[in-house]
Parts: sequence; structure tokens; C-alpha cells
Amino acid sequence: MSRIEQRFAELREQNRAALIPYVTAGDPEPAATVPLMHALVAAGADLIELGVPFSDPMADGPVIQKACERALRFGTGLRDVLAMVAEFRKTDSQTPVVLMGYLNPVERMGYEAFVSSARVAGLDGLLTVDLPPEESEDVVGLLESAGIDPIFLVAPTTSEARVEHVARAARGFVYYVSLKGVTGSQSLDTSALAARLEGLRQHTGLPLGVGFGIRDARTAAQVAAVADAVVVGSAIVRLAEDHDGDADGFARAAAAVVREMRDAMDSARSTGVAASV
Amino acid sequence: MSKIDWAAFPDVRGHFGPYGGRFVSETLMGALDELQAVYEQYLGDPDFMAELDHDLQQFVGRPSPLYHAERLSRELGGAQIYLKREDLNHTGAHKVNNTIGQALLAKRLGKTRIIAETGAGQHGVATATVAARLGLECVIYMGEEDTRRQTPNVYRMRLLGAEVVAVKSGTRTLKDALNEAMRDWVTNVDDTFYIIGTVAGPHPYPAMVRDFQAVIGREAREQHLKMTGRLPDALVACVGGGSNAIGLFHPFLADESVQMIGVEAGGEGVATGRHSAPLCAGQPGVLHGNRTYLMEDENGQIIGTHSVSAGLDYPGVGPEHAWLKDLGRARYVSVTDDEALAGFHRLTRTEGIIPALETSHAVAHVLELAPQMRPDQSIVMNLSGRGDKDLNTVAEREGITL
Repeated sequence: MSRIEQRFAELREQNRAALIPYVTAGDPEPAATVPLMHALVAAGADLIELGVPFSDPMADGPVIQKACERALRFGTGLRDVLAMVAEFRKTDSQTPVVLMGYLNPVERMGYEAFVSSARVAGLDGLLTVDLPPEESEDVVGLLESAGIDPIFLVAPTTSEARVEHVARAARGFVYYVSLKGVTGSQSLDTSALAARLEGLRQHTGLPLGVGFGIRDARTAAQVAAVADAVVVGSAIVRLAEDHDGDADGFARAAAAVVREMRDAMDSARSTGVAASV
Repeated sequence: MSKIDWAAFPDVRGHFGPYGGRFVSETLMGALDELQAVYEQYLGDPDFMAELDHDLQQFVGRPSPLYHAERLSRELGGAQIYLKREDLNHTGAHKVNNTIGQALLAKRLGKTRIIAETGAGQHGVATATVAARLGLECVIYMGEEDTRRQTPNVYRMRLLGAEVVAVKSGTRTLKDALNEAMRDWVTNVDDTFYIIGTVAGPHPYPAMVRDFQAVIGREAREQHLKMTGRLPDALVACVGGGSNAIGLFHPFLADESVQMIGVEAGGEGVATGRHSAPLCAGQPGVLHGNRTYLMEDENGQIIGTHSVSAGLDYPGVGPEHAWLKDLGRARYVSVTDDEALAGFHRLTRTEGIIPALETSHAVAHVLELAPQMRPDQSIVMNLSGRGDKDLNTVAEREGITL
């Protein structure tokens, strides 16, 4: 059983949804990332999504674009990010780590070199936003042989036929992009979400994560009532910008947001707020 | 190579050998499927093609002449030089051949809003023009640096009713304009049609834009045969994304005697690293929806490019060019800023035609190539755009205040 499967199985038993914070590796500086990951786990994160900085983050809004720019000022590359995962693993062997980013840094490193380094580092999943299942056969085979889950997106615009296709390629969990737009756009419409997730469950037994547009604890709780995982990116990364280079201040603020979301999500599940969504 | 059935590429998933494909976020996959279906449907539809032909004749002014540049040919003392006059099209460049076609598709799809990216502003102007004509809302994304270099075109787009968004992210040039247009499209995908201006991006754009631009090569082939009774020996065109080059090259691919040369922007010289020549000095990677040659660093980050011409200042290139390079069917060379400027002046003074700075790169290569050929041989060069938009840039470089 992979670390991701293991984590979702535990949460299901506890009737809890997973909280998955996203941070961009190397933001605001490379040395801050591993302590930040530990702080997020201590505050209640179940998985960590670690962003690989890219020069042209086409699917991201301004908050994550700027995070990439800050990280790239230090030249944070894919090999550095894998070194951070390895460092994190030295003291946390339980929390799954998923890399999220764009395909080109992986292409440049080479699929085989990436997969073998990622396995050694203790990586659990890879989500490349510009790699749909149609183009992913080569890398997916290598990832699977290394026990790393390929994570794929489903969008509001994904047809039934494509959902079937994506679900077949996906492992670990399916990431439902809750709105049409880039990361951090507007607030999502939670009322339409429940029905859509119900539809997706007809096609896959994998856990369903929801991301894009989850800005506060209230929305996180509403999503947690119907989804298996809540992914929060821009709402956390924005704090790095607010703290302008103060890595400790950023880590404290990020942990506070995660703790607040964690509490709201858990009480939504235990009090059955699901019915009111 | 004679065994390649050129019409069979790209394959059904948009691949030219290892290049091309569809590398976009999931949200856009449905829209690309829809676009591919409508494009394949109408490409074989006689009514659509008749409407396109009518617009190309009556609105664009096609066919464009194939002009025998006799004085320049004589001065160089080698091959006969023929210029395919895309600069005489309405809006002053080849870009309109494609925007007319895509706008007709947008209308068929019932889209009410058009977006586009632009570098030099030629594609932006051509898009704003067709949007004005069809009464569609139009937003053009342009790198802030390029809005400064190409102020006349920014004003033209605004006069035509388009909103011009100056993109301030990244390197503030064409690649960042493309990123921002993609972000707009993913947000407004229901009512918005994205008119990509070059033969790059996710499938079906490289094939679709090529098919709309191939009118250049079809006309040139027929005109050259009629004028000389034979095929040209060489084709020369500048390559940024590569739409004017593929438009000229494609109808000649099966003519094995015809050499094809794409001219990239060498900037301050390929050896300096300050250039925009991915085919000459880059390597394969994935950006903006397709796998192709890119300018990138050892971490796979896209690196800043440089060219005196905003339209060539792009770190990638259309995937079909990447494939033609690997196959050896076309070859790609680079020309520096200074050489392009010399080409600009030479054509202006010798033939009375002011070329765009992008096109001046092709001119510069012709100046080198023609003397190596015999006077009974010929070169067709794509005169892809006129230079009015570049007068400020040229004057500034030469210390002249207009």
C-alpha cells in the first residue's frame, strides 16, 4: 500500500477529510521550505503538495506566479526540490509528499533520472498540470514501477468520456479543479460541487481532492463535507508575500491558517454539516 | 525521405514525430477537442471554404504578387530573387490569412469574445481587424516591453476597438503574453475563442494555422511555375514561431529539389547567448502546449530571449519546424540584429520596399545565399510584413529622433 493510500485509508476510518496545503519550494528562500513543511504537518496537514518553481506557470494566478519568481531568484530547481523532499523524509516517514508543477523541468532532467532520484528521496506523487493522460504514457509507466502515484486533474469542463479516461490513468487520488480559471481565482461554488463529486464517484473509487478557490476555513469545511481532500494553495502562499521575506513569520501564519482549516473541517464532518452544503 | 506522406502529419493526436501534441491543463482539453472537430468539419466544407476564399480576395487582397526583385538579383550577381509580397496584404503582414480563418471558425462556434497574444503587434492588429469586422469583443495580450517597442501597433489595435493588456509578468515579452492569454482562456473558456498567431501551441493550432497560411506557398508555387516554367531552387523565410515560413514551405515539401531555409533571430550573436534561435541553439522540451525546441537552462526553466524584432523574440518554435529540422528537410540558420538591419536598408534602397524587422532577417540571409547560386537558379523569399511599424526602432538604434 502506498503512503498516499495508507493516509486516505486512515482518514476514512476516522471520518476525516485530508487537508493538503500547497507551498512553492524555495519560497521565500530554499532553507525555509523543509521547516515550513514540518510546521504544516504539526498544524494538521495530512499530505504536502510541494510546488516546483517554473518560469512560465501558465495555470497559476498572480500569487503563485510571484512565489515562483521569488524561488527562482535562488535558482531553485527540480533537483533542489527533490533534495528538500529527502531532507523532510529524514524526520517524517509518514506524511505523503506530492510534487506539483509543469512538465518541462521533469523533461529536462529526464524521466528516468527524475523517477530514480524521486524514489530515493521518498516522493509519493507527481502532478504535472500541463500533462494530460494522453501524453503521459512514458512517464506514468516509470512512476508506477517506482511506486510513485501519477496524480491527474479533472475540471468542470471534463466530459464524462474523459473522466473515465483520466480515472483509468490516475493513482493515489483524483484532483478536481473546482472552477474554470487559474489558481487562486475567485471563490468556488460549493453547491454545484457535491453533485459533481457524486458524478465522479461513478467512475472512480479513488479519493477525490478538491482545489482552486478554497480561501478560508468556512469554504474548507464546506468542501470537506463532500470531498475526501481539500487542497489549499494561494490562500497560504499569499502569506509569504505578506511577510515579505520573513520566513519564520510566514511559517507561523501558514500554520495558523492550516490549524484553523483543520478544526473547521473536522467539526464539519463530526457535526454532519454535510447536509447543509 | 521521399516515403513521407506529408499530408498525413500531424497524426490524430497532433504529433509531428516526437514534437507537437497537446500539453495543457485539463480545463482546456474539452475546448481543444471542440476546436479540432469544428476545424476538421469546416476544412472540408465547400461553403466555409468559399467564404474564406471570398474574404481572402475581397478583404485581404489576395493573391499577393510574386515580385521578381531584378535590381537586387543583378547587384548580387547570383540567383534570381522573387519576393512573395505578404506585406501587401490588408494590415501589412501574412498574419491576417490566419486570423480571417480562425475568426470564421469562432463565428461558427458561436463564440462572442476573441483573445490573442502578440509580439510585434502584427497578429494583434490582424486579430483586432477581423474582430471589428465581425463585431466581436477583442482582448489582446502584449508584453509590456513590446508595447513600448511597437507603439504604433498598440494604437492601431485600440482604434480597432480592442482592449490591449500590457503583460507585466516574467520577461514582459511574447512568451509572457502567451501565458496570460492561456490564463484568460482557461477562465473564460465557455464564450471565448483564442486565436493563436503562430504554428505553435496545443493541437490543433500548429496544423490549423499552417493550413490557413499554406495559401502563401500554394500561390507562390503556381506563380513561380507560370513566370519561369520551373520550381524555385530555394525558399527562405524568417522563423519566430514559424507561421510565415511553414505557410511558404508546406506546399513544396514533396518537391525534393526545393531547398528550404528558415532564418532565426541571432540577436547579438548565438555565441553570446543573447538571441532567439531555439532551432539553432536550443533543445527539445515542453512549453505552451507542445513539445518542440526551446531555449532553456539546465533546470528546464525558460530563459530570456533577445532580438531587435519583437515578433521573433520567442524562446520556442512551431513543432513542425522542429520535426523538419530533425528530418533534414529544412535547415535553419540565424542572422544577427546588425545583419538584419543591413538587410532592412539594402532592400529599402534597392527595391523600394521597406520590410518588417522580422522579414529583414530573411532578407539578410538572401543577401548571403544568392551570390552562391547561379543566375539561372531562383530563390523565393517570403516578404512576410512591411516595416512601417519598425521605423521608431530603426531610428532609435541609429540615433535619430523622429
